[in-house]
Amino acid sequence: MRYSAFTVIKQALTGHKDWKPAWRDPEPRSEYDVIIIGGGGHGLATAYYLAKEHGITNVAVLEKGWIGGGNVGRNTTIIRSNYLLPGNEPFYELSMKLWENLEQDFNYNAMVSQRGILNLSHSDPQQDAYARRGNAMQLAGADSVLLDKAGVEKLCPFLDFDNARFPIKGGLWQPRAGTVRHDAVAWGYARGADTRGVDIIQNCEVTGFLMENGQCLGVETSRGTIKAKKVAVAVAGSSSRVMAKAGMRLPIESHVLQAFVSEGLKPIIPGVVTFGAGHFYVSQSDKGGLVFGGDIDGYNTYAQRGNLPTVEDVCEGGMALMPMIGRARLLRMWGGVMDMSMDGSPYIDKTHVEGLYFNGGWCYGGFKATPASGWCYAHLVATGQPHPVATEYRLDRFVSGKMIDEKGVGAQPNLH
Amino acid sequence: MIINHPLLGPRDASEFVYLGDAALMKRPDWQADDAAQQFYEYLYLRDNIAGQHRELWYHEQGDRSWLVVTRNTETHEITAVELARDVATREGHAV
Amino acid sequence: MKMTSQIQQVNRVSQGLLNNNTEQSLSFEFNGKSMTGYAGDTLASALLANGEKLVARSFKYHRPRGIFSAGSEEPNALVELRKGAYQEPNTRATIIELFDGLEAKSQNYRGSLKYDLMAINDRLSPFLSAGFYYKTFMWPKAFWEKLYEPIIRSSAGLGRLSAIEDGDSYDKGFLHCDLLIIGAGPAGLAAALQASRSGAKVLVADEDFLLGGRLNAENHGVAGAAGHEWAASTVAELNSLPNVRIMPRTSIYGSFDHGIYGALERKTDHLASSGGKPRQVLWRIYSKQALLCAGSTERPIAFANNDRPGVMLAGSVRTYVNRYGVTAGQKVAVFTNNDDGWRTAVDLSDKGVEISAIIDTRDKAPLAAPKGAAVMMGGSVINTAGRHGIREITLSNGQKVPTDCLAVSGGWNPNVHLTCHQRGKPEWQDDISAFVPGHALPVGMQVAGAANGTLTLASALAEGHAKASEMVSNIGYTPSNSLAPDSNDESCAVSAFWYVDSGKDRAWLDLQNDVTVKDIKLSHQEGFRSVEHLKRYTTLGMATDQGKTSNVNALAVMADCTGKTIPETGTTIFRPPYTPVAIGALAGRARGKDFRPTRLTPSHRWAEAQGAVFVETGMWLRAQWFPQAGETTWRESVDREVIQTRKSVGICDVTTLGKIDIQGRDAAAFLNKIYANAFAKLPVGKVRYGLMLREDGIAMDDGTTARFSDTHFVMTTTTANAVSVFRHMEFARQCLWPDLDVQLLSATEQFAQYAVAGPNSRKLLQKIVDADYAIDNESFPFMACAEITVCNGIPARLFRISFSGELAYEIAVPARYGDSLFRVLMEAGQEYDVVPYGTEALGVMRIEKGHAAGNELNGQITAQNLGMGRLVSKKKDCIGNKLSERSALNTDNIVELVGFRPVDVTEMLSSGAHFIAIGAEASTENDQGWMSSVCYSPELKMSVGIGFIQNGSQRLGEKVRAVDLVRGKDIEVEITSAHHVDPEGERLRG
Repeated sequence: MRYSAFTVIKQALTGHKDWKPAWRDPEPRSEYDVIIIGGGGHGLATAYYLAKEHGITNVAVLEKGWIGGGNVGRNTTIIRSNYLLPGNEPFYELSMKLWENLEQDFNYNAMVSQRGILNLSHSDPQQDAYARRGNAMQLAGADSVLLDKAGVEKLCPFLDFDNARFPIKGGLWQPRAGTVRHDAVAWGYARGADTRGVDIIQNCEVTGFLMENGQCLGVETSRGTIKAKKVAVAVAGSSSRVMAKAGMRLPIESHVLQAFVSEGLKPIIPGVVTFGAGHFYVSQSDKGGLVFGGDIDGYNTYAQRGNLPTVEDVCEGGMALMPMIGRARLLRMWGGVMDMSMDGSPYIDKTHVEGLYFNGGWCYGGFKATPASGWCYAHLVATGQPHPVATEYRLDRFVSGKMIDEKGVGAQPNLH
Repeated sequence: MIINHPLLGPRDASEFVYLGDAALMKRPDWQADDAAQQFYEYLYLRDNIAGQHRELWYHEQGDRSWLVVTRNTETHEITAVELARDVATREGHAV
Repeated sequence: MKMTSQIQQVNRVSQGLLNNNTEQSLSFEFNGKSMTGYAGDTLASALLANGEKLVARSFKYHRPRGIFSAGSEEPNALVELRKGAYQEPNTRATIIELFDGLEAKSQNYRGSLKYDLMAINDRLSPFLSAGFYYKTFMWPKAFWEKLYEPIIRSSAGLGRLSAIEDGDSYDKGFLHCDLLIIGAGPAGLAAALQASRSGAKVLVADEDFLLGGRLNAENHGVAGAAGHEWAASTVAELNSLPNVRIMPRTSIYGSFDHGIYGALERKTDHLASSGGKPRQVLWRIYSKQALLCAGSTERPIAFANNDRPGVMLAGSVRTYVNRYGVTAGQKVAVFTNNDDGWRTAVDLSDKGVEISAIIDTRDKAPLAAPKGAAVMMGGSVINTAGRHGIREITLSNGQKVPTDCLAVSGGWNPNVHLTCHQRGKPEWQDDISAFVPGHALPVGMQVAGAANGTLTLASALAEGHAKASEMVSNIGYTPSNSLAPDSNDESCAVSAFWYVDSGKDRAWLDLQNDVTVKDIKLSHQEGFRSVEHLKRYTTLGMATDQGKTSNVNALAVMADCTGKTIPETGTTIFRPPYTPVAIGALAGRARGKDFRPTRLTPSHRWAEAQGAVFVETGMWLRAQWFPQAGETTWRESVDREVIQTRKSVGICDVTTLGKIDIQGRDAAAFLNKIYANAFAKLPVGKVRYGLMLREDGIAMDDGTTARFSDTHFVMTTTTANAVSVFRHMEFARQCLWPDLDVQLLSATEQFAQYAVAGPNSRKLLQKIVDADYAIDNESFPFMACAEITVCNGIPARLFRISFSGELAYEIAVPARYGDSLFRVLMEAGQEYDVVPYGTEALGVMRIEKGHAAGNELNGQITAQNLGMGRLVSKKKDCIGNKLSERSALNTDNIVELVGFRPVDVTEMLSSGAHFIAIGAEASTENDQGWMSSVCYSPELKMSVGIGFIQNGSQRLGEKVRAVDLVRGKDIEVEITSAHHVDPEGERLRG
């Protein structure tokens, strides 16, 4: 059922009795044109764009648990396209543009809220690096504003300007950045894909690949064998485990990123703010909670939980930056398993196995990429060619040395 | 987490800096015919095990030992801790 | 005083267990109204005593809300406590200890609490069902950002932050114990007694300020005494033991790996002012074993309009009357599906409170009803009335019963939360219709008492005792042979009953977030059936109480919809913290200037006395420039420092550079592997520039290394990378080449080091270097080094190296002599008009010379990019050389470091500008590189820069544009050599 002002009002007045499930709950068929492994944001977006942009609708999304249960359901909801390197920036700017039209496109209100992101700088070299980045953004058609201290003070008067260990010198502001209701992104894509005929199959775990002569012909699942002409993997957090079933080792390590939300507070923080001298970033949700986070815990793990040193480190950054939050309470903390790649940038690529595609390595930046990732992955699966803004996201880029290393920390996943 | 340092006893993990897979100790021979490929695999491809993982930790806020810790990446249980230098010597890495 | 307070406290029926005698009353203010209570009250008990029913508004519908519970599970009664820098939003009135002068306000309303303008939302509720916002606010498109979202956002949240810095301080600490006991109720106290008598080091933490748990809320006896008396005497006994630490007002908020628990101790929250002491202390507790005795939380039953003020949990109503001597109403009805609910009626009646009715969903009455109470078995409450508080209930037989408090009991849920913090899942236990701890508990944890589903007193005491015995013996103690405290098991039969069909009316599950039974049904209808979908779609359990009183009931509704059992339907994963923790407490002392340590060099005080302006460089503070009288801009000072240094002599404190002492027979061989360029043959007495690569072939750091003997080298690193380079070298030493005989020591702090630069630097140094050492150009040429003495015998290291491009030295002395050396040099240099120079002048001179620094060595740059490709030896094995050969790092079109000058010499260059060909569009495709560092060169009297541009070394003389869109600049620049000043390097060899 299409959501419109009319249906919303009619249902409200008639006890909501006609609303239908947002997506069907079909039994898996024995064969599909395309199987997408992973019912997270990227997998669902890929299915949606395969159907909508490429007319490929004989598609199944296989999810081992419930859709949207991975990192699309446990991130800090930030969207932005403030990247430095030419391998990244055009891709993220495409994503930004897709976000800006997403709700009308898939007829679901994901509450895209463009209240901006402010990256603070605390030294002249950092400000110089932001200038370089701000310029790179504008060269790619994105928006950016380099702020001096006064400019930052005007936006965020509540930051510690007087007594800071690392005084604020300025910052890079992207007005079009913001936040999105993260779960709704998965649901909106799922509903949009389902409407176009895609089968979304939950509680269906892939246990192996059907391989013959170097070709992938389908998958083995907890609900039986399913054949497919093409199999596209999008299982961030489980990438290594899934691809190991196809005999592949990946340039990926699994790490946990913790995220935090405070009790609901009346609006006080305008957009997204990131601390440049500590590990802390924050925004405020539409429900009033401060949503914040920092660095990954830093050790390999598949447990979706972290430990106290990181929790305290993040809160220290928060208090150093804005000591007014001392009496706000941390309500909930949780962890998500990240595919940390070797240069901090993702992979959207074919594999050496014909018919098997891979999408992963998003580190902790996957959420903002969801629309473009789905768009480009669908393009690759449908046409066999990488999308023009995603040509650098090759799995084998380290062989030739084409790293896309925004942070400049090298092959050290826990530092990206 | 607590790491039971072979020389110093139980220490909070926050005293340590994490590097990653202990396979990073097995640096390839630079003169091998396929050295470029070997170095690529050595530096970039990881087993990324869900389960028992041998990994390198550095006691930066301590005695500066590098340790090889065997830790389960699903439960975080630590079952062995050794001095990396002993491991490297025992496993005969190239000089 | 006594008279007034008693008149005000209309619902105070006895003294309860209040600490002080009731002669001494405390006055407090709620919503501007003065009231009184007693020491030992919570704000909630005092408000109830004063007959305050309406205390809050719900989140979505702004429905009137009253006090619902008597503990940390409270979903309703949230207030803003205190004012200004101490204002604390969303504070549960049920856990605020009353103090004299307390001020609290209701929150989340517009207009007045009683006549909240936002209550219009309640009228609009048909439009605001679960997930409504996902379907609407989309038309027309532009209205979302401009209209809808601002409206939604403005009504977000409950309480307000003051926007002022938190006025209190917080501390952190570490505790170690054999056995951590979480909760000091009957099971916890019995366990503590047994464990402590066995000799174990025991730590008992409880979130309440009065220990004893439900013993303080019930009329049960233990060991021949009243339960609360037994609790008090047990606590006294435990407190007297040296191996026990009892921590009241302490919440264990999380369970983490390897027996580590997070705890928050509230030190001064119960006082009018912290008096300069830490408000709260965040403890990290390292336990060998932990026994969870966190008790259980009562759950309600959902029925139409069950959210009005006066509808409360039955056990809490009992707590108020037994512990605080307060009745929650004058005419109380009880609605229950279990035996426990009946005790509320009995206890209230014993205190003289009228019981209007007891409604039990079951067929058989477990106890005799108190006198005067109407009893309805097999019935239910189907509706309530009363605008700002309950006035009347309607029973399933249609009867209407006037009542001002409805005590509801739907059974008890064990507090399993901490058992789930490491991803353990609870299991369903049918006989108590509740989840109990699962089998996968955190390592070292066990559970006893109500938290383990052992809901009756004697059994809980026995279980606490037995588990303590088992756990202390696990860690090597012999359990004491004392017996468990003696008591009786009360009746506790329960028959599952979750909600009454409410027809068109709403029946609340999550009282704070306004999630009703209908919302769960709609969620099911729309396919959001997995528990995680349900939670996310309806916001159930996402409020400040984290669903402590609503989650299981909602699961039951969903189970009903799907036809599955509750355990098949699932359970959400409980995450830390158990109760919310102030962010200030998690940060502790690390805020303001103390956010991170500050490192000062030995001559910091001297620089400070000269009026130096300092800059943060990592943890260090470094002098940035030294303003002199009459100088009004930083440029004036910096230009002067540069000019004077290049003309005569200047001194710069370079102590912050990393210094690594390298010794051993294989030190040279080791350095040869660490550095990309050759080091094995560096002669003794010489210094060499070294470029260090990461294994991926990217430049990691650069610096100089001096050789003082065959087996002794001293390396300098950049300030920023001092720690990571040392770590990297230790990795190479211990993990890659353990057979090499080499030792490393970080000596950054042990030596103070100064650059002495300029044409008169030698003359100046000659004044302080002891006569035994010759430093003339022949004896001590460029790149020489020596261990010498200065000022009559002070040991020093002298290096003839130059970052400024002038004749220059760096001199290092043991840190204790740093300050005096700087003073001596300044005094000796007077005849040359010596100047101290800061990091800005240092930066200007290095840019003039084209030296790379942090802006260039940013982790993305290779030796080839720096124009140092030929430095990387192919003839040896060193870290990074193999992967630096990769094809993409060696194309003809890689960016290379070169110099830039503005074509119009009056233009100022800017760092971060990108290079675009003249006439080309400014786009990513046409981007040729970027300006990395710029300065005004006082010597050339123009702005100069260095930066990276494609194939730069082959393009000297070419003109391109430096496009700096963020600063609105687009100027033509000429590509030059990076060496703007003295390109042949004649000065430094002079």
